[in-house]
Amino acid sequence: MSTVNLVYFSWVRERIGKGEETLELPADVVTIADLLAHLKSLGEEYEAAFEHERVIRAAINQEHVEHGEPIAGAREIAFFPPMTGG
Amino acid sequence: MTATVRVQREDFDLAAEVAALCRGRTDIGAVVTFSGLCRDEAGALAALELEHYPGMAETEISRICREAVARFGLQAATAIHRFGRIAPGENIVLVIAAAPHRQAAFDGANFIMDFLKTSAPFWKKEHRADGSAGEWVSAKDADDAARQQW
Repeated sequence: MSTVNLVYFSWVRERIGKGEETLELPADVVTIADLLAHLKSLGEEYEAAFEHERVIRAAINQEHVEHGEPIAGAREIAFFPPMTGG
Repeated sequence: MTATVRVQREDFDLAAEVAALCRGRTDIGAVVTFSGLCRDEAGALAALELEHYPGMAETEISRICREAVARFGLQAATAIHRFGRIAPGENIVLVIAAAPHRQAAFDGANFIMDFLKTSAPFWKKEHRADGSAGEWVSAKDADDAARQQW
C-alpha cells in the first residue's frame, strides 16, 4: 500500500464532489491508467468523472504526465479536463 | 534575462507592466503586448469563473516563458493570469515580450499564449446572464492546432 494525495479540478472536481482527498492505493496500481481504473471502481461519482477517460489530463507533483506514467514516488496526483485558460 | 510571472485575483495595469519591464534598459527595440478580456457573448454571459491549480499554474507559465525566451532570444517576458470571478470587459491575461527586433517579440508573445492556453492549468466556467446554470467552457481543437504549429 502507498498513500497519495489526489486533487481534482473543474468538472472532474464537481462530479467527484470534492477537490482533494488522501487515498491508500493497492500495490497493483502502478500507472496513472491503473489509478484511473481503481478510482472508477470506488463509486458512480468517480465513474461519471472519468467516463471519457482519454480526455482526462493528469499531473504528478504538478507536472503534466501521460496515462502510462508510473506513479511511484508521487506525493500529489491531479486529474482535470483539458485546460481553457488564456 | 527576466521572466515575470504572476497568478492573481486582482486586475493588472498594462502600461505599468510595460514600464516595469523596460525600466532602466536601453537595449530593448520591440515590445509586444497581448491582453485577453472577458467577452459578454452578445449579452448572454454575466461573468466567467476562472479556476486554477495553485502552484502548478505559476510553474507551468514560468516554464513556457523560459522556453520562449530561449527560442526567440527575448530580452524580457511578463505573463500575468487572473483567477476568480471576471466580468465582461475585464482583463483575464496579459503577455509582454521584449526583444531587439519586432519579429522575435511578436513570435514570443504568440508562442507564450498558444502554450499557455493548452498547458497552463486554468478552467473557465460561465455564469449566464439569465441566471441559468452555466457550463464549463470546452477546450477548442483550434487551440491545440495553434500550439502544434510551433
